[in-house]
Amino acid sequence: MIELRRMGVTFADADEPVLTGVDLVVPEGELVLVVGRTGSGKTTLLRSLNGLVPHFSGGTLHGSVVVDGRDTREHRPRDLADVVGYVGQDPLSGFVTDIVEDELAYGMESLGLPADVMRRRVEETLDLLGLAEVRHRPLVDLSGGQQQRVAIGSVLATHPRVLVLDEPTSALDPLAAEEVLATLQRLVHDLGLTVVLAEHRLERVVQYADRIVLVPGGNAPVVSGDPATVLRDAPVAPPVVELGRVAGWDPLPLSVRDARRLAGGLREQLADAEPPERRRPDATDVVAEARGLVVTYGRVPALGGVDVRLARGEVVALMGRNGAGKSTLLKALVGMLEPSSGSVQVDGLVPSRLRPSVLVRHVGMVPQVPGDLLYAASVGRECEQADRDAQVPSGTTLALFRLLSPGVPLEQHPRDLSEGQRLTLALAGVLAAEPPLLLLDEPTRELDYTAKHRLVEILRDLADRGHAVLLATHDVELVAEVATRVLVVADGELVADGPTAEVVVSSPAFAPQVAKVLAPQPWLTPTEVAVALTDDPAVRP
Amino acid sequence: MRPADRLTFPRVLHPGAWWAWALGLATAASRTQNPVPLALVLVVTGFVVAARRGDAPWARSYVAFLKLSLVVVAVRILFQVLLSKGAQGPTVLFTLPSLPMPAGSGLKLGGEVTLEALLQAFYEGLQLATILVCVGAANALGSARRLLRHVPGALYEIGVACVIALTFAPQLVTDAARVRSAQRLRGRDVTGLRGVARLAMPVLEGALDRSIDLAAAMDSRGYGRTTDVARVPRRLTGVLVLGGLLGVCVGVYGLLDGTAARWMGLPMLVLGAVLAALGLHVGGRRTGRTRYRPDPWALPEWLVAGSGVVAAVAVLVDVHLEPASYFLASVGQVPPVPLLGTLGILVGALPAVVAPPLPTPALPAVRRDTEVAA
Repeated sequence: MIELRRMGVTFADADEPVLTGVDLVVPEGELVLVVGRTGSGKTTLLRSLNGLVPHFSGGTLHGSVVVDGRDTREHRPRDLADVVGYVGQDPLSGFVTDIVEDELAYGMESLGLPADVMRRRVEETLDLLGLAEVRHRPLVDLSGGQQQRVAIGSVLATHPRVLVLDEPTSALDPLAAEEVLATLQRLVHDLGLTVVLAEHRLERVVQYADRIVLVPGGNAPVVSGDPATVLRDAPVAPPVVELGRVAGWDPLPLSVRDARRLAGGLREQLADAEPPERRRPDATDVVAEARGLVVTYGRVPALGGVDVRLARGEVVALMGRNGAGKSTLLKALVGMLEPSSGSVQVDGLVPSRLRPSVLVRHVGMVPQVPGDLLYAASVGRECEQADRDAQVPSGTTLALFRLLSPGVPLEQHPRDLSEGQRLTLALAGVLAAEPPLLLLDEPTRELDYTAKHRLVEILRDLADRGHAVLLATHDVELVAEVATRVLVVADGELVADGPTAEVVVSSPAFAPQVAKVLAPQPWLTPTEVAVALTDDPAVRP
Repeated sequence: MRPADRLTFPRVLHPGAWWAWALGLATAASRTQNPVPLALVLVVTGFVVAARRGDAPWARSYVAFLKLSLVVVAVRILFQVLLSKGAQGPTVLFTLPSLPMPAGSGLKLGGEVTLEALLQAFYEGLQLATILVCVGAANALGSARRLLRHVPGALYEIGVACVIALTFAPQLVTDAARVRSAQRLRGRDVTGLRGVARLAMPVLEGALDRSIDLAAAMDSRGYGRTTDVARVPRRLTGVLVLGGLLGVCVGVYGLLDGTAARWMGLPMLVLGAVLAALGLHVGGRRTGRTRYRPDPWALPEWLVAGSGVVAAVAVLVDVHLEPASYFLASVGQVPPVPLLGTLGILVGALPAVVAPPLPTPALPAVRRDTEVAA
């Protein structure tokens, strides 16, 4: 179905090629997962499949890319629209119309299909993707999962043979992600569609993949093969695979089910060991407190009476569905919202009444799009500006940034940084003023595993230095790694508040993979298991 | 009778009808600086928007346009105060310190500010503001993107470009608000000109990214995949459409300006329209696009569009009959109420009733059955 022969891509102003010598054959009906670090060329590979690279992006393509017998050299993306359906990273920015039904029909209109065929296919697509209920709704009013399904449906309606998706679940909460993945799984199995997708959150996808294509970046050859084989020594791997590596299982498990079947022995070994005690900070050293916090947007209740206390040295994870009130709580804590009733105090002050220049010394927040905090033309100037904003000695921010992301040239434009570097630059700017309370909104949205590990270290270090950290996130694995306490909000109310292990182990939606494999024992991460296995000779295999 | 012809059958009205209505009212507003008809147009658009607006995001843009028009009026008055040209009336309100300007430039910075000059500026600003509000009403009632679907095939590409530009503006406002609140987190008071400069960078970057994404998405979904045609019809289409549109432009200018030569008005408009229609017809055959569920153009559409046309025609005719009540001889006089124009503009309020109501989401079948049974 897809054939890449000695394919290579060099962009116009780059010295080095992004990809070289890629040989890849994907037979019909496979679900192919493309993995690799940020900036390794995953997106380039995906976009070359429908000719966006090089027809749209510019640059030079070497070798050949042939999809369903059509060579992208002779076919522009629009000429491949009936063969390859491409769904980009942000579904919202790819929508051409504004109503669900029209969006589904748009591609077919461009292809010039007759009206009665379009009418029938729109109905079929609505049913296939479970969108019939929202067919007349404006696209911007849909939830993230629904938007993603509309984006998939809009390319599916033209009946392509190949579906290419770039990060389809990264921005979604675990349940919405499952919704999308189940849909993809069904398309592969029922319709025999060939699906190629890139995803950072391997733990969500790897079990569905028939083949993994590893794009290591830096001119190393692209590896393609059976998931268990490729993941044996890939630099990125989901926790369940890491657990398999730690326990020395062969073949490596890809799903919680596989691992659970293999884990009987490991559970026995670990029965006597205790998971490491997570730091339980002094709960009396309270930095921030919200009492009976109520926030409403017009007639929409966002928070209905929430009580939260955050103490120094804590890393607290705030979890819950999209739209449950996580961001609202963060905004209230940072004073961007005036509570309708109840009180918010940070460091004994009311954040919404503070001037911005005073506020930054008490509470800092990195928003969902870290780039919103940045505006200077170079990293160096951004840091200087942050020093002036925070009224701290010159060079403070830069020193922090060097600590968080070493080796970034000062004259680089913030736009050209990787997602992880941009996050740390924004974080450095916020930390310059040494706020005791630090809030992060969805920090791992676009981070790969390497950048995530770095973030985990940074957060632990901040907690050790006495900051209180509150992070709103969908990333259960991040929570398992770093959080000392978990808050779960649903429908504007706090439904759970307790130590990480207690809250997440029993929850089907929020449990990390290792906890699912080793339940009822409260292990959360592969590292914990590895440490227990090496530390305690009695349990060593 | 088709269901679409009924005034009560809930459905979304053809956006073209709303735009025709709004442009009709805007045309009426463009021919007068008398505050009475202008205020009447404002009230009429506000009334119809309140009655027939949905809860879709674009429907919320009306308020933004209202605010923008207030800014327009304020700016117009400010400029009048700062850069008044000589004495403009007997009633001096206050005197600003003035700066000498080179003789013969005709400009004066500061100096006396008269009531007449202020009123004149207010009326002129109000005219522009009213036209803006009409556009805002059209945007709120008929989604601009939906209108794109009805652009003739030959103009499709241009239509897409226009509509994307139109929908970009509200997105920029949302982005600016988000970035602004984020900048607060860096300890900055985002006010004044420097604040704007700091906002511009991330907002424009975001906008650029989004437009590139959109272009890529459209390309990979088959946008512009036209069937091949020979060179001659393509050239012919270009010449006809361009020539026709030029004719329409000159015609509209002639019609609206009033002081232009006679041949520039209606004859030019008709000639241009015919040429353009011919070009669109020839060009329309070359695109292989089809349309999914085209909006019907039925009785309510005729009525809504017609009410706008009536308002425009009534004012245009009345301006010929009674020019004095549309362009005040002296600013100080109490503005008269032109009868024909007023009636015409009032007809423009009819869509509040004759446009079909918007559909609400259907109830689940079980509940619907029990409700019908009850």
